[in-house]
Amino acid sequence: MSVVVIEKDCRGCTKCVKSCPFDAITMENKKAVIGIACTSCGTCIEVCPFDAIVKDEVEKEEHDLSLYHDIWVFAEQRQGQLQDVALELLGEGKKLADARGCQLCAVVCGLNLTNIVDELFAHGAQKVYYIEDERLNQYTTDGYSIAIGDAIEQYKPEIVLLGATHIGRDLGPCLAVNCNTGLTADCTKLEINEETKGIMQTRPAFGGNLMATIVCPNHRPQMSTVRPGVMEKAERVDGAKGELIRVQIKLKDEDIRTKVLEVIKTVQKKVSLTDAKVIVSGGMGLGNAEGFKLLERLAKAFGGTVAASRAAVDAGWIDHAYQVGQTGTTVKPSIYFACGISGAIQHVAGMQNSDLIIAINTNENAPIFDIADIGMTGDLYKIIPDILEEMGM
Amino acid sequence: MKICVCAKQVPDTNEVRIDPVKGTLIREGVPSILNPDDANALEAALQLKDEYKDTTISVISMGPPQATYMLRECLAMGADEAVLLSDRAFGGADTCATSTTIAAGIKMLGDVDIIFGGRQAIDGDTAQVGPQVAMRLGIPVVTYVQKIVEYTGDKIKVQRQLEDGYEVIEVKLPCFLTCVKELNEPRYMSVGAIVDAYKKDIKIYNHDDVKLDPKDCGLNASPTQVFRSFTPPVKGKGEMLQGSNKDMAKQLVVKLKEKHLI
Repeated sequence: MSVVVIEKDCRGCTKCVKSCPFDAITMENKKAVIGIACTSCGTCIEVCPFDAIVKDEVEKEEHDLSLYHDIWVFAEQRQGQLQDVALELLGEGKKLADARGCQLCAVVCGLNLTNIVDELFAHGAQKVYYIEDERLNQYTTDGYSIAIGDAIEQYKPEIVLLGATHIGRDLGPCLAVNCNTGLTADCTKLEINEETKGIMQTRPAFGGNLMATIVCPNHRPQMSTVRPGVMEKAERVDGAKGELIRVQIKLKDEDIRTKVLEVIKTVQKKVSLTDAKVIVSGGMGLGNAEGFKLLERLAKAFGGTVAASRAAVDAGWIDHAYQVGQTGTTVKPSIYFACGISGAIQHVAGMQNSDLIIAINTNENAPIFDIADIGMTGDLYKIIPDILEEMGM
Repeated sequence: MKICVCAKQVPDTNEVRIDPVKGTLIREGVPSILNPDDANALEAALQLKDEYKDTTISVISMGPPQATYMLRECLAMGADEAVLLSDRAFGGADTCATSTTIAAGIKMLGDVDIIFGGRQAIDGDTAQVGPQVAMRLGIPVVTYVQKIVEYTGDKIKVQRQLEDGYEVIEVKLPCFLTCVKELNEPRYMSVGAIVDAYKKDIKIYNHDDVKLDPKDCGLNASPTQVFRSFTPPVKGKGEMLQGSNKDMAKQLVVKLKEKHLI
């Protein structure tokens, strides 16, 4: 699909020029011309009063798509620990597999992972493709993209889902090139199109200002990375079993061109923002790193954890592992306290699905109040101690 | 040493607002800038050049003709040359097709030792183009580089950022490194360099110049397509508590108790 201007219908009103999020439209001889920056997002189609802009279907050569079956989720493990995002992918994958009428499968790489294989079965995987290889115990871009690429070529899944973690976002693009297919990054919603049976991948773009639904009509597998913390985890059923498939791959030692010398954990306490029921988050309004001590007290009173906006992380007040937002973690706790956070769209994109948002800010016009369920204008250093006192803490 | 930096001109998404009535993006007055992570990529290249004087830095970008402004900025920061891949045939490209075009452009630069790019651009936030360019060039990639530990001529040792720490990775050159903001603090343009930047030519390449068939670039070579796009639904404004700090604290605790949250 590409966006084209029907020249005879264009009256030169320039509405499309102003509406284009990517500045891709210019006026030439009083007619709109769509330039190279166009992403086919279609915003201009809606604003054109004369229906002079349309989407044009592009003829693509047909591949034999019928060879591809089933949904695979990449079961990411680090040091033999299955990552939570894999369970979220199984939860979402189950829904998609039901809608598509196919099987839900997981693919896992590493050594001595039979415990993980059992966990994957217990969380709904009907088949597990296990690539057991010592060289895949530690993630490397080359090792994983070749091994899983090989498995995809052998078993031909229709859909492959990966977590949009620092590993998934590294593996996904390389795997997509190896499989000669498309990849949609950081999806927040997935569904099966009833008509085409293809996957519809919705993701935020433009710093969360625009949502785009992406399709991959003529290439298989259809691949997505999925934001951690957005999808519901699969339920665990004790003792559930499925079919284990040990995958043989062709991987040479010299294929792996990077060497991981060491893995260092800088965050002593594991920050699990995605699992937290209550989050007390701080921004520039804190004024200094010390402010997080007060937030810690409030978080403790609720049995929750602290978090931060990008501004507070950039200021060096707290580690980036605590960052909520478009480039940080996406969260949806029962209660989200936004303390001294103005509410930039990038932050909001990461926390707007929280059940209850409580905002404290000195500026009554701060955008955070537009999305907060409960707003309080005032000094957080005064209000928070008052809240703690009211709670008898 | 020859270094290539991949850069993109992007709208400053921090400046974008949504029209609360129409629910559309307000683009007017939104400046176009050098993508922030790409500025870190350029700075990483410049720091190597500071240390190894016989280094040349080429900046490459794909985009419309106005992206030359951003490239001049890169020259004014200290890059030696700039190339813009600009052609109608490149339009409507997804990350897959973009990476093919950029890789073809880099091949025209000759042998490159290190390619730096930003982790991701703030308009698309995909983080896919860098690794995909590396794949198409057949060179190794390290993403999320937060520190360059050691450069030893034929190898480079870097820290790769993880959610809860980092990995120390050694990779042979040539390689592609994608940079995060923690890597460095990009320098400002110098006045003298700004003047010089306007004396330099920016090469503009079309599909013929980089030896690509139009069917292998742009929309024609994009497996993914935008089905539709929309502005996210705006959540309605909630309740603003009134009164003194103590009053507000009281009201809040009552509300939370009513909801059985405490």
